[in-house]
Amino acid sequence: MSISSYCSLAYLAVFLPAVILLYSLAPRKARPFALLFASYGFFWMVSGKLLAYLLVSTFSIHHAGIWLALTQKERDLLLEQAARGEKKEIRGHFQKKQRRIVLGMVCLHVGILAALKYASFLGGNLNTLLAALKIPFTLPIPSWAVPIGISFYTLQAVSYILDVYHEKFPADRNLGRLALYMAFFPQVMEGPICRYRDTASQLWEGAPIRFRNLAFGLQRILFGLMKKVVIADRLNAFIQSVFGDYASQDGGILALSVVLYTCQLYMEFSGTMDVVLGSGEIFGIALPENFRQPFFSRSISEFWQRWHITLGTWFKDYIFYPLSMSGPLKKLTARARKRLGNHFGPLLAGAAALFCVWVCNGLWHGAGWHYLFFGMYHFVLILAGNLTEPLARRVTGALHIHRERAPWKVFQILRTGLLVCVGELFFRAESLRDGLAMFRRMVTGFSLASIQNGAVYQLGMDKWDFLIVLAAVLVVLGHSMARERGAHPRQWIAGRCLPVRWAIYYGLILFLILFGAYGTGYVPVDPIYANF
Amino acid sequence: MEALLKILEDVQPGVDYRNCRRLIDDHILDSLSILALVAELEEEFDIVIPTVEIIPDNFNSAEQIWALIVRLRQED
Repeated sequence: MSISSYCSLAYLAVFLPAVILLYSLAPRKARPFALLFASYGFFWMVSGKLLAYLLVSTFSIHHAGIWLALTQKERDLLLEQAARGEKKEIRGHFQKKQRRIVLGMVCLHVGILAALKYASFLGGNLNTLLAALKIPFTLPIPSWAVPIGISFYTLQAVSYILDVYHEKFPADRNLGRLALYMAFFPQVMEGPICRYRDTASQLWEGAPIRFRNLAFGLQRILFGLMKKVVIADRLNAFIQSVFGDYASQDGGILALSVVLYTCQLYMEFSGTMDVVLGSGEIFGIALPENFRQPFFSRSISEFWQRWHITLGTWFKDYIFYPLSMSGPLKKLTARARKRLGNHFGPLLAGAAALFCVWVCNGLWHGAGWHYLFFGMYHFVLILAGNLTEPLARRVTGALHIHRERAPWKVFQILRTGLLVCVGELFFRAESLRDGLAMFRRMVTGFSLASIQNGAVYQLGMDKWDFLIVLAAVLVVLGHSMARERGAHPRQWIAGRCLPVRWAIYYGLILFLILFGAYGTGYVPVDPIYANF
Repeated sequence: MEALLKILEDVQPGVDYRNCRRLIDDHILDSLSILALVAELEEEFDIVIPTVEIIPDNFNSAEQIWALIVRLRQED
């Protein structure tokens, strides 16, 4: 059996039901082991022998965690017996020791990730540089197979070891629990990036499968499938044909394809997250949300608080704050704040830390200059947003524009959406050169001719395809608007009488079966984030 | 506590700090406001706020920030 994605039949019709059955039949104490067995089985089916990398990561953080715990215990014992004057020295000595362990672990994990994912990118660029300098030497470029989800579980491993170092929780001596935290099958391929404190104990609890959890989980899976199969997969043919041959298209088609790609990316990733979170919900496990209606954001900064939330909070907690709160940058903030005030003062240190965050964010998505450009694009936009905020407030004040009224909010939402779409153009492009060329053509060669004369329907999607996508997008939009207003559509449905409830379920199932893009003539979109 | 309220008002004016309990969760204090706030708190109260303490549970309300200050002063 081959599992290509969480939305594949192999996962939904065979693997997941088999795990539910295995889990239900297992006695309570054996249930976590059933999940662990299933998770390693899942990883083996997706990545084969590359499971070894996950095992190395799990064993190493388990061992290092215990090592840190022993060091902390030894330190505390010595501190209890020490005189007041000796305590600082003891703390310093043990901190150095702990830092060496943490550094070793971070280097191991980031090193493996860098070697597997970035070696060919770095090697290729170095060879280009050597050739440009006319140095007759070529570095051999290794080509290693990359285990699926390495970018996700590596961040989980690093966060675990850093949190143990910071004594946010004690190191886990239970290897099985830690292994399940690292490998839990619904999230190992595409996230969300979990924190040990939030999920490990839930995973190990072995709670029984309750009817409500099963029903809510399946509802969410169904909704996610609708986003993926009806919208993302249906858009695939159009996006592939336009991005694959952008030089033949006019600016109007390119602009449409960029908007549709942004839509596809959101539907694919958030739809998969619905399947992932729904799968977890069946077992009574609440995985962290990764999206919160991102297209209602009023700024790029807010967009990144609503899009791929677990990645953003990881970068904030483990890169932004540690850097901006480091000694030199803290001093810089304190000095700059006195001269430049509370708005611009922290911007200097903030910008330095933000720059590092966005370099990492860009490269995390892939080894390529266009990914780095994607990161820098958002860094510049966020920084510009912060720099111009006081001016924007003055201008809107002078023009008597009410910033909290609907017209201004709609303007901000549309502006943010436009900027996001431009960023996604570079994200999807095959290379930075292609991205820039496509952007140039979109702006300078803008024309609605292909849309008006019907040529747009010759690119893999006919009029009906567009109408089906539009109908499905409106369903998702309605759901998002309800969530934005604080409503809970799933709970609302659960509260209806049986005929209404099942009418909604059957309606969604029929919509999925009738309008899903599957079978001959359709190529489902690959799980985009699994490749990161 | 009054000194803290003054600092908060200085960093991000126009917020009901006596009653607001979701300063971080509702993004009233963003990352840059936190940087300014930490710098000011460290100077005013002669404390060092480690990165590990920058969590929503410590910054969601004026009371929580005050509890953090008191705890860090005692630990010092």
